[in-house]
Amino acid sequence: MTSALGRYVVAFGRFWWDFLVGDTPEVFVGVLVVVGAAVGLRHERTGDVVVTPLLTVAVLALSTYRGRRRA
Amino acid sequence: MTSTVVLMLAVFAASAVEMVEALTIVVAAGTTRGWRSAFEGSAVAVVALAAIVGAVGVPLVHLVPIDVLRVVIGALLLVLGLAWLRKAILRSSGHKEMHDEDAIYARTVAELAGDEEPTRVRRDAVGFVVAFKGVFLEGMEVVLIVLSLGSSAHKLGLAAAAAGAAAVVVAGVGVLVARQLSEVPENAMKMGVGIMLTSFGVFWAGEGSGVRWPGSDLSILALVAFFAAVTALSVMAMRRVLPGAVGRSRDGVAARLDEVAGR
Repeated sequence: MTSALGRYVVAFGRFWWDFLVGDTPEVFVGVLVVVGAAVGLRHERTGDVVVTPLLTVAVLALSTYRGRRRA
Repeated sequence: MTSTVVLMLAVFAASAVEMVEALTIVVAAGTTRGWRSAFEGSAVAVVALAAIVGAVGVPLVHLVPIDVLRVVIGALLLVLGLAWLRKAILRSSGHKEMHDEDAIYARTVAELAGDEEPTRVRRDAVGFVVAFKGVFLEGMEVVLIVLSLGSSAHKLGLAAAAAGAAAVVVAGVGVLVARQLSEVPENAMKMGVGIMLTSFGVFWAGEGSGVRWPGSDLSILALVAFFAAVTALSVMAMRRVLPGAVGRSRDGVAARLDEVAGR
C-alpha cells in the first residue's frame, strides 16, 4: 500500500518535472524571470507593458537558439 | 467578448493537436489489438480526465484568490506556450524533424505486434492499457489548458465546451481518414496555439501582478499579433542566419510502415 502510494507520488512528481522543466530548463528559469519582472515592475505601468513581452521574446530566442541543429 | 473568442479558439486548437496524437495511438491499438479494448481504454481515460477537471477546476476557481491564480496560470501558460513555439520554429526552419503521426503509428503498431496475439472476442488488457495511457497522458495537457485558460478568465464551462468540440471534430475526422492523420497540419496548428498560449500567459501574468494593459482585453489581440510577427521573423532568421536545415525524412517512416505491414 505504502509502496504503491510512493510510486504514485514519484510518478506525479516526474510528470510535473517533465512538464515544467524537461529538456528546456532555460524556458522554466526564463518564465520565472518574466513573472518576477512583471511583479517587480507592477507600479511602472509603461515599463511593465513593454518589458514583460520583450523579456518573453528574449527567453524564446535563447531557447530556440539552444535547440538549433548545428550544420 | 474578444478575449472569449480568442480563449475558445486557443482551447479548441490546443485540444485538437493533443487529441490527434491520442487518436493515433488509439487507432494503432485498435487495429492491432481489437477495437473493443481500445474504445474502452479511451472511454475510461476520458471519464478520469473529466473527473479531474471537476475535482480540481471548480475548487480552483472558488477558493484561490483570482490574482494569485492569474500569475500562477500565466506562468504555466508561458512554459507551455514557449515550449510549443520553440518546437514549431525549429521544425519550420528545418532544425528539427517534423512531428510525424505515421512514425508514432508505426512505432506503436510495432510495439504491440510483438506482444501475445489478442483474442478478438474477449477484452485485451494490452490494447486497453495502451489506449488508456495514450488518451490519459495526451488528455492531461488538454486538462491543464482547459483549467488554466478557463479558470483565469472565469470561463471554465466555455473552455471545457471548446475542448469537447475539439474532441468531437477530431474523432469525426479520425473516423473518416483513419490512418491518414499525418495529413493534419500539426506544426502550423502547434505554432498558432503556441502564439496564443504565450500571449495569454504574458497577459495573465501581468494582469495578476497588477499591470493595467492598455485597452484591457483588447491587448490580447495586440500580443497575439506581436508574437506572431516575432515567430515569423524567428523562422526566417533561423533559415537564413543559422543554416543546418534538414528535409523531412519520410523515407525512413515509409520503410518502417512497410516493414510493419509485412510488405
